[in-house]
Amino acid sequence: MQQYRAHVLVCGGTGCVSSGCHAVKEALLEGLKTHDLADEVLVVKTGCMGPCDMGPLIVVYPEGVLYRQLTPESALRIVEEHLLKGRVVEDLVYRTENLKPVPVLEEISFFSRQTRIALRNTGLIDPESIEEYIARDGYLALARVLQQGDPEAVIAEVKKSGLRGRGGGGFPTGLKWEFTARAPGQPKYLVCNADEGDPGAFMDRSILEGDPHSVLEAMAIAGFAVGANQGYVYVRAEYPLAVQRLSVAIEQARRYGTLGSNIFGTGFDFDVEIRVGAGAFVCGEETALLASIEGKRGEPRPRPPFPATEGLWGKPTLINNVETFANIPPIILGGGESFASIGAEKSKGTKVFALAGKIRNTGLVEVPMGITLREIIYDIGGGIPDGKKFKAAQIGGPSGGCIPAPCLDVPVDYESMAELGTMMGSGGLVIMDEDTCMVDVAKFFIEFCKDESCGKCAPCRIGVKRMLETLERITTGEGREGDLELLEELGQQIKDSALCGLGQTAPNPVLSTIRYFREEYEAHVRDKCCPAKVCKALLEYRILADVCVGCGACKKACPVGAIMGERRQPHEINTAVCTRCGACVEACRFDAIVR
Amino acid sequence: MELSSCSCRAMGQAAVDEDMLKVADEVVAKYRDKPGPLIQVLHEIQVRLGYLPREVLVRVAEGLGVPLSDVSGAVTFYGLFSLKPKGRHTISVCMGTACYVRGSDRIIERLEKDLKVKVGDTTQDGKFSLQVVRCVGACGLAPVVTVDNDVYARVKPEGIPAILNRYDGEAERTQDGRARAVHS
Repeated sequence: MQQYRAHVLVCGGTGCVSSGCHAVKEALLEGLKTHDLADEVLVVKTGCMGPCDMGPLIVVYPEGVLYRQLTPESALRIVEEHLLKGRVVEDLVYRTENLKPVPVLEEISFFSRQTRIALRNTGLIDPESIEEYIARDGYLALARVLQQGDPEAVIAEVKKSGLRGRGGGGFPTGLKWEFTARAPGQPKYLVCNADEGDPGAFMDRSILEGDPHSVLEAMAIAGFAVGANQGYVYVRAEYPLAVQRLSVAIEQARRYGTLGSNIFGTGFDFDVEIRVGAGAFVCGEETALLASIEGKRGEPRPRPPFPATEGLWGKPTLINNVETFANIPPIILGGGESFASIGAEKSKGTKVFALAGKIRNTGLVEVPMGITLREIIYDIGGGIPDGKKFKAAQIGGPSGGCIPAPCLDVPVDYESMAELGTMMGSGGLVIMDEDTCMVDVAKFFIEFCKDESCGKCAPCRIGVKRMLETLERITTGEGREGDLELLEELGQQIKDSALCGLGQTAPNPVLSTIRYFREEYEAHVRDKCCPAKVCKALLEYRILADVCVGCGACKKACPVGAIMGERRQPHEINTAVCTRCGACVEACRFDAIVR
Repeated sequence: MELSSCSCRAMGQAAVDEDMLKVADEVVAKYRDKPGPLIQVLHEIQVRLGYLPREVLVRVAEGLGVPLSDVSGAVTFYGLFSLKPKGRHTISVCMGTACYVRGSDRIIERLEKDLKVKVGDTTQDGKFSLQVVRCVGACGLAPVVTVDNDVYARVKPEGIPAILNRYDGEAERTQDGRARAVHS
């Protein structure tokens, strides 16, 4: 085997791909060739490393130096300085807020505070190489399970770990496996839910793109435990790279005999097929997902019967989410007890969060359950940029809610989140600052749920629409006394009566924002004013006479001719004509226009 | 829902013809014996034809032996399927939470103004279709716009013309299907 003195890992996650990591990798290879280092340094394209805003980024081992926001030119400098002469290129490494350079990955607080179990290989190995996965103890858990040949022992181990579903519901995984294993009926099916539809969450995508074999291995283990021989991965069509890497992984696994018939010569058969979604959020709900795999409209149905007893084509079916599966091989190898030693009392292990919105370090982080939001946002995420103030953290997507500043020290686990009127959901964590209007955010989510409602049950189809109409009224200055009470009452009724998870959780964003930001709602309703200055109908644009130089840029930009004034004289806005499009603010180079 | 196919002549595309029906037959034959094939069949036909004309849906229903209402029900249920021809390039503006709080609504406004179309429509010359998508999973780079397979990160309204200009010639698709971030 060829030995290399250095390894360069190039992040090939979706974020870095769109930031231009291909060109950086090409430049590295070219530079290594020029300096005759191609035999000494190996360049590996990995899955997502996490800190998307730093992309394109690379890590040079053995030192573990992280270089960020690279261009092909700066990549060449790394070859000439670091790889040829052994000198760290200081101006390309990570810097803290006060500009102190931190070259080594493990010392950057974004990484040092993480515990990576589900993401153990993501960003570290080439996702298109089964050999690299195997080198990281890949398929060892499957081998051990098949060798021992005791499905019940596997289920017992998973139960001992305390692992709960990472897709949002938080149902104990081991119990689900047990129900499916005990359900009468043959054949049984296994489904991996990779229909990650929550806007703001992309951990399942990153696992599929960065470590697809971990999901395949876990599916085979689960298949053995519950007695299924056929698995399906249901992936969103919006994730083409995930589909491609997963297809490559399935091919390799079949070739290496870790999928297919008679795996490891034990007589156990298991194969996996990919099913691509077609753009319907509701298909993340398990019964809707099953309908979609069967080739029908993705409409949910009442439970019970649960899929564990009557699932795909009426047969017992185990459905787990991608991140849940990714935790399985470490649980088998390290033992359920060791997994259960991490995390909070009722929420064991770790959770991957997708940090986005108004936060300095965006990207994927995996942290032990029970960590506080403050630690995630400030210690790992680096806080709020541009000197703004933290306002709320939206967790759990359209099913979740907004957590305000006074609750930042609550531990993040399933129960605490439910108490706060939100839910863990799939782990999207969108940070909002003072410039975000909470009524507008609530409207955004309700509009999302209205669009994505399948229309089968009346509470969701009609109730959510009525909630949206009320919110639209409030944000356009037509709010009435009693609107908030109406939203609360209607929201509670929808929660109690909707058919599936989508409808039952759709009111959460509204209810939680009313709970914590009632004053902001009241300002919209009573004072016809949007304190965050977001809701257009409630704004009034003004030109500051003492700042305006009369350049006329705003006048030219205004699409409705609402701005008047002579050249070199302060201009004015006719508010009766103004449509509040904001074009003038963008055009003004003197910050003379305020709202 | 527009089920007729006459509009496609004006779009400069061929009307439904024998070749399209042949594609439908081929795809149906490929999946017919698999369990629950309808969605996969529709996917592949749309990839090959760009959209799903009514005549093709009739052919699929006959081929799979299912009622046309089932086929039509599935096509209209899923956001990805289109009964109308699409433009040569599809512009998708991400309206996920992260992109929304970072201002993707202003990007849509700008695109609608520059292209003179509304979301869901195709420009007069059949060059661009404009649509909104729910989260492409690149939240760290919000707001995000994709044009076909090219991803543009941290887009600002002022940066829109530069993006559109890249699609001026017809041989402009980047070779690896990727694009650099456009910072303005």
